[in-house]
Amino acid sequence: MSESNTAGNLTDKVQSAKERLDAHTRETVAWHFDPATGCPFWLEYAKTLDFDPRKDVQSYADLNKFPWFEDEWLRGGPVRRWVPKAFADKPVYVFETGGSTGIPKSRININDFRTDYENFSDTLSDAAFPRGADWLMLGPSGPRRLRLAIEHLCQHRGGISFCVDMDPRWVVKLIKSGRVREMHEYKDHVVNQGLTLLKAHEGIQCVFTTPKLLEALCERVSLAKLGIKGVFCGGTQLTAQFHRFAREELLEGKVEFVPTYGNTLMGLACHKPFDPADNYSVIYHAPLPRAVTHVVDPDEPDRIVEYGELGRVRLTTLTKEFFMPRFLERDEGVRTPPCAKYPWDGVGDVRPFSGFATPIIEGVY
Amino acid sequence: MLHIPILRQGVPYESVEKTTLVHHATGEPVAQVSQANSGMLRRDIVRMNDAVLERFTVRELMDMTRKAAELFIGGTLPLGDGAQSFDDYITQLSATTGMPIGYCRRNAQKIHKVLDDIEEVVTGLTRGFDLSILDSGYGKHDGRTLSFYREGRIFGAVLPSNSPGVHSLWIPAAVLKAPIVLKPGREEPWTPYRVIEALAAAGVPREAFGFYPTDHGGAGELLRSVNRSMLFGGGATVKPYENDPAVELHGPGYSKIILGADAADDWEKYVDVMVGSIEANGGRSCINCSAIWTPKHGAKIAGAVAKKLAQRKALPTDDPDAVLAAFANPVVAEQIDAAITQGLRDGSAVDLAEKHRGTPRLARIGRCAFLQPALIWCGDREHPLANREFLFPYASVVECPTAEMPSTIGPSLIVTAITKDQTLIKALMDSPHVDRLNVGAIPTFQISWDQPHEGNLFEHLYRQRAFQIEAA
Repeated sequence: MSESNTAGNLTDKVQSAKERLDAHTRETVAWHFDPATGCPFWLEYAKTLDFDPRKDVQSYADLNKFPWFEDEWLRGGPVRRWVPKAFADKPVYVFETGGSTGIPKSRININDFRTDYENFSDTLSDAAFPRGADWLMLGPSGPRRLRLAIEHLCQHRGGISFCVDMDPRWVVKLIKSGRVREMHEYKDHVVNQGLTLLKAHEGIQCVFTTPKLLEALCERVSLAKLGIKGVFCGGTQLTAQFHRFAREELLEGKVEFVPTYGNTLMGLACHKPFDPADNYSVIYHAPLPRAVTHVVDPDEPDRIVEYGELGRVRLTTLTKEFFMPRFLERDEGVRTPPCAKYPWDGVGDVRPFSGFATPIIEGVY
Repeated sequence: MLHIPILRQGVPYESVEKTTLVHHATGEPVAQVSQANSGMLRRDIVRMNDAVLERFTVRELMDMTRKAAELFIGGTLPLGDGAQSFDDYITQLSATTGMPIGYCRRNAQKIHKVLDDIEEVVTGLTRGFDLSILDSGYGKHDGRTLSFYREGRIFGAVLPSNSPGVHSLWIPAAVLKAPIVLKPGREEPWTPYRVIEALAAAGVPREAFGFYPTDHGGAGELLRSVNRSMLFGGGATVKPYENDPAVELHGPGYSKIILGADAADDWEKYVDVMVGSIEANGGRSCINCSAIWTPKHGAKIAGAVAKKLAQRKALPTDDPDAVLAAFANPVVAEQIDAAITQGLRDGSAVDLAEKHRGTPRLARIGRCAFLQPALIWCGDREHPLANREFLFPYASVVECPTAEMPSTIGPSLIVTAITKDQTLIKALMDSPHVDRLNVGAIPTFQISWDQPHEGNLFEHLYRQRAFQIEAA
């Protein structure tokens, strides 16, 4: 009885999320294609379409009328073509992805990163990430949004964020050229700064860092003994075995571990709460309705794969600042079903897409 | 299904992530292998007790190793949650690597021999000083004080899948008191696991061993975290470590047979040594001959060697006459075959073994791919196929004046020089490119266990120190 009730509740929640997504899609598309509010790129692009987005996109499924979003559109300028007219007078940030070779993709931001991380903040427990606690941000800085976003998350929760510089493009360059020793020296340089901050500022109780930097930190100190209560971890691939290793060994079962998946184009996904039944598989759910991910057949990206199957991640971003329909990500993962907390599809075991001719170097940062 | 765990200081650990090894012929799963994340290696290695074997004398460790020899060849030893007999081991090894059963047994005998003759092996490495000097730290040898200290606090090895015989190379580290951390080859976890279990059953403390199936990143972490190591792999794998004295490299061998001008006219006498050197161990080892250099009669030598090699044909690995290994991953065989075909395209070289055989190099039995022997008559030593090495019986024949050979053969793990020409022998002895020199018609694969192979493990692990003690 209770099981069927639960199943029934989930079905209701799935339906309700879908309706909310459809409404949000209508509103977002209408905004971006309205000459009064939309950005020059989409207003110009609309002239090439054989449909009127404002009339013909009434649901999320209607976004399939758009062709695939091409990542080349985000490389190079003029970057202001992406700024919606409604925000023309606002201060604009630009955040970049990758960029170890060639021109990086860029996304403009006004307030999205704050909204994304404020929403994410609601998923964090106050016990592990106490209100008013200070944070250490030990991850990529520079033109990436992560540094500002973590700082905002910390400030939103009433704390102060301590940061260090870290340039992942330099790390990728060192790896590509086989300069492993220099890569480790750079990693040590970053970690040493983090340790200095941790030891000097006892108010730091929360850490954001990447898997490799977490390993390097925990090689030197016990974060539990230093008073850290929660670690928020992401930035590169996070395997199930690493997840287990981090929980059981690096953090000694004493510090909360929150794995994340996020990027400049999507925002920040939420991970399904830890459940031993998932065998440490890290399962993410996109921040609906602001972004939607599907796991699709790489050879036929219109087809969503079955639950449990591996496929390429397809992303649609739907905010008032940025509209990006049907973008094929550089990642692959396993399609997972909706859960009570996030009643829409998730993606598990995310890793770099294996179908590229040249493997992606994620960086050992 | 059979599960091969990680061994963390000897303690089995089941990972969340596993790879599945399949039977090369049937494609059926044989075992799951737990995979270590790279951070686990680092964390474990820095926590290993590097003095765990110091409480034993070298002699005691040699006694245990001899006992392990019998357990390895005849005992039933733990494997994950179950047990493994010697026959199980041979069957499993052949299943996942595609190596013929007979070949697996012969290699197991090699490992047994190294374990059993460990005193001879270690004495070969230490050149005969009283081994109790390693227990006390110093002592007298030939009236002189000798003292050594162990720089290799933890020894690691990144191992290959091509030939189980190579595992004999790291075994002496345990007798030399260095705890050992191994990353097995993907298809060949069987031998290193069984050696560890045999040594543990013979009394070597389990905490002296780490066994970490892992990926490329994990291998790098292992090499970075231990003090001294061995790395087996192809040219691209070993290249980043070329200038790292802490890593002993076991890359491609490019082993050669050289005929002096005085022996070239008698080439027919040496065809069997040439053929044997090319095809022993399925042609998969760095100690196989991959080039024959002669000042004359190149075409005739190539023809005669090719004719004999052409008789070796693909057979199922359980056939008692099987001498060629199947490729557990058929794509690898296809890629090698394509590389050779590409090299032959300009018409200046020819695969004479293929011509004699009348069938292509690449053969298939069921889902298995085999590469049948190739003998490339190049003539020109600059030909792109003249100095190559592949994972099957492959060799080139080139002509070159003997005076030019020492400076042009390039790095060669083993050179068998069939000559009495003292000028040539001296030049080869002086060459930094020749790692092991055989003078006379000695097959390249013939190993003398009292001689170091590709570096001296004792010298890799220990350093001599100046030492004086005031007379009592």
